Amino acid sequence: MPFISNTNKERQEMLAAIGVENFSQLLKNIPEKFLLQEDCCLEKQYSELEISRKYAKLAAKNISANEINAFLGGGIYDHFIPAAVDHIIQRPEFHSAYTPYQAEVSQGTLQYIYEYQTMICELTGMEISNAGLYDGATATAEAVLMAARKTKKNKAILANSLNPLYRQIVSVYTEGMDIELIDVDIEDNLQKLAETSDNDTACVVVQTPNFFGNLEDMAAIEKITHSAKKALFIAVVDPISLAVLNSPAEYKADIVVGEGQALGNHTNYGGPLFGFLATHQKLARTMPGRIVGATEDANGTRAYALTLQAREQHIRRAKATSNICSNDALCTLAATVYMSLMGPKGLQEVATQSATKAHYLATKIAELPNYKLMSNKPFFKEFTVKTPLPAKKIITKLVDYDILPGISLEQFGLEENLLLIAVTEKKSKTNLDELVAALKEV
Amino acid sequence: MPKTIFEKHSDNRRGYTLPANDVDTKLENCFPENFRRKQELKLPEVSELDVMRHFIELSHMNHFIEKGFYPLGSCTMKYNPKISEELVRNPSIANIHPLQPENTVQGALEILFELQNMLSEISGFAKASLQPVAGAQGEFTGLKIIKAYHATKGNKKNQIILPDSAHGTNPASVKMVGYEVVEIPSNERGMVDIKALREAVNEKTAGFMLTNPNTLGIFEAQIEEISKIIHDVDGLMYMDGANFNALLGIVKPGEIGFDVMHYNLHKTFATPHGGGGPGSGPIGVRKDLVKFLPVPMVNRKDGKFFWDYSHKNTSIGKIHSFYGNFAVNVRAYIYLKMLGPKGLKRVSENAVINANYLMKKLQAHYLVPFKDEYCMHEFVASGKWQKDKTGVKTLDIAKRLLDKGIHAPTIYFPLIVSEAMMIEPTETESKETLDEFIEAMVDIAAEAVNSPETLKEAPLNTPVRRVDDTKAVRELNVKFEW
Repeated sequence: MPFISNTNKERQEMLAAIGVENFSQLLKNIPEKFLLQEDCCLEKQYSELEISRKYAKLAAKNISANEINAFLGGGIYDHFIPAAVDHIIQRPEFHSAYTPYQAEVSQGTLQYIYEYQTMICELTGMEISNAGLYDGATATAEAVLMAARKTKKNKAILANSLNPLYRQIVSVYTEGMDIELIDVDIEDNLQKLAETSDNDTACVVVQTPNFFGNLEDMAAIEKITHSAKKALFIAVVDPISLAVLNSPAEYKADIVVGEGQALGNHTNYGGPLFGFLATHQKLARTMPGRIVGATEDANGTRAYALTLQAREQHIRRAKATSNICSNDALCTLAATVYMSLMGPKGLQEVATQSATKAHYLATKIAELPNYKLMSNKPFFKEFTVKTPLPAKKIITKLVDYDILPGISLEQFGLEENLLLIAVTEKKSKTNLDELVAALKEV
Repeated sequence: MPKTIFEKHSDNRRGYTLPANDVDTKLENCFPENFRRKQELKLPEVSELDVMRHFIELSHMNHFIEKGFYPLGSCTMKYNPKISEELVRNPSIANIHPLQPENTVQGALEILFELQNMLSEISGFAKASLQPVAGAQGEFTGLKIIKAYHATKGNKKNQIILPDSAHGTNPASVKMVGYEVVEIPSNERGMVDIKALREAVNEKTAGFMLTNPNTLGIFEAQIEEISKIIHDVDGLMYMDGANFNALLGIVKPGEIGFDVMHYNLHKTFATPHGGGGPGSGPIGVRKDLVKFLPVPMVNRKDGKFFWDYSHKNTSIGKIHSFYGNFAVNVRAYIYLKMLGPKGLKRVSENAVINANYLMKKLQAHYLVPFKDEYCMHEFVASGKWQKDKTGVKTLDIAKRLLDKGIHAPTIYFPLIVSEAMMIEPTETESKETLDEFIEAMVDIAAEAVNSPETLKEAPLNTPVRRVDDTKAVRELNVKFEW
């Protein structure tokens, strides 16, 4: 049998040692009528060679970003990943270890998490980061719950430019907790926000760059947020953007969350991802998820351990700050290796190339007849275009040109002629020009 | 201890290469100056070799399955096949985007469709959603479905009952959906106390959450009666599938009274734990609950696979940005294909035999509180004899095991057994490994008597000595200053 060490002979020896004649005697607690009488389920057993062949055929039915000129974003981005990242995360020392509960034999995992936390703090300018959450959407939801817990207020204001998928998940996560979600339009001005924000406000959640790619005026929003008593300012950010855009500490965010996938993780059809969450030290005890702290061993040597565990479900049960246990740890390792390799200059180069190429492309597309940018606000690496045809049609047509031009926003309940285009440093000028030429033809 | 990566920094050292920027747009022209970062970006500047050496050095400080036995109860630390690691890195799997047109990801959808069906079939449920990314998120999703079921029927219910042996995530998830937790004690056989259950059940009971086999490794013999009691008040039965490794091909949870269940693919279905994730926590439900599953579900029509949102008006909504942990789900698909019907059953049989073998061999040396029951895939021993006689605690025993190249069992859980050691060998371990573990445990029991001080100081030869986790809280240091 695959992956099972014991032979039939050993199995019999063990059954004899247990004191039974056959396996079924061990099942005496299970009512007999429930026991499956025949081999259940699954069509057949594949050998390693057979499954590899079957799988290769399935994989061949997909078209990957390696084969097609893709401009897909919406929270998940195809940034360059140095080969060393995958080499590290494939090591069984990291990937087949469990959560580092036994610190003395988990220092490798614990130290990298400590380094990860440090890097997230450096990127965001915040004082404390957790060890990661499932994705940017659940991190946003957890931040709202955290703010409600901290402020003991139940009104959460969400900018309507927040990723609609995040908005849905915030709603699913908060609806049992008596939290009122209020969507506020901040597109043209902040007047609505100023009117809505009051002393019952737990938090104001704003994404920048927002779902459409545009940068929000975080400094102005911060002033309005903090004019309400106690309200916390939650910034949802793209970590790559932070290499060149304001750190959330610069605009006095209280909680910073975002999708971390772009830091060294493949798109993997949308999972696994990881969410990051960073905040002020004074909010540490209301944070969800694991946190690693530096300490010492019995010899006084530097060592690391999980800390502030009294917040967590395995200790606090129903009173825990979150139910999270397994997160997406290995993705945070990829991010740590990625940021180590790239360093400040590499990350700035990635951000700069992504932004400048996006702006080059946006200018060229805006010059096409019948195409225009949805907004004249500043943007980073992603922007929304008004298309002459329904975006879905353009996408279908461009597959024949080996191009995936972006995401149709119709699927998010928006107009059918909005196309969200993302550009990363992986695009060459030729790639960009090809998209422009193809758009011109359809 | 290794230096941190930050201490290896040297100005202008580089660990990457990128093509030159071939557009002539300038960053200054992209957005106004006030959007530009002013704060210095402090990340290490190191070479690729520096990075490789650093993380390899860190890796050497971990215990992991390929290094040695990992009998961590309830975590199912079985061997993870390498073929899955290789296949999942196929660029046509790793480099596809979740918002690509469906006709460009038919292979991915087919894998998910088949996995959805395999999981439903194995567990006897009508359908499974692959969206939850961890066990705890599966619990949350399942409880939301229970809540939606009651809301649809107009039931005024707000309590979830669970036994005192439940995982911590259970009560935490109950709280997150806005229900109240009602905890009931276990009986002297380590099972649900039926009398206490009857007393706790009333018209407010929305459901019962049960791990089966439970966290003592015991199959709940009265499962039929339990489910009748709950169903009689129109409550739903939730199964925490953390221990599903005991039941594959033996019973189907959907046929023994459960209505909703989560699977832990990173336990039962051999996807690696990743040092704490990513996992995957799909949920299966009975037929009338399918309409509440998260959107979207993968479906097939006229030979084409597609994302089906048709139940969006009844669905609990979305709980993850996209479709769950795809790359983890793919590994589980490969594993199930390689097991086949015979392998599936063999997994659970051998897991159960391995656990009973250990329980039998250890009970002369350690208290095994429920030794009169055969266990399923795991069992709980206790360090109480040692503590009473020698002052050596379960924590000390656990740390001494580390010295012997063995990971400690799950300790001090379940909470209902004092000095608990929850031991789960899994089916992939050989008899020799189990015998070595027994020998190590017997040696430690002897050491507790002859040299208790050694145990209290353990571990002695791990990468670091016993770690002071009190100091980690008292003098909170969560980022490196450099």
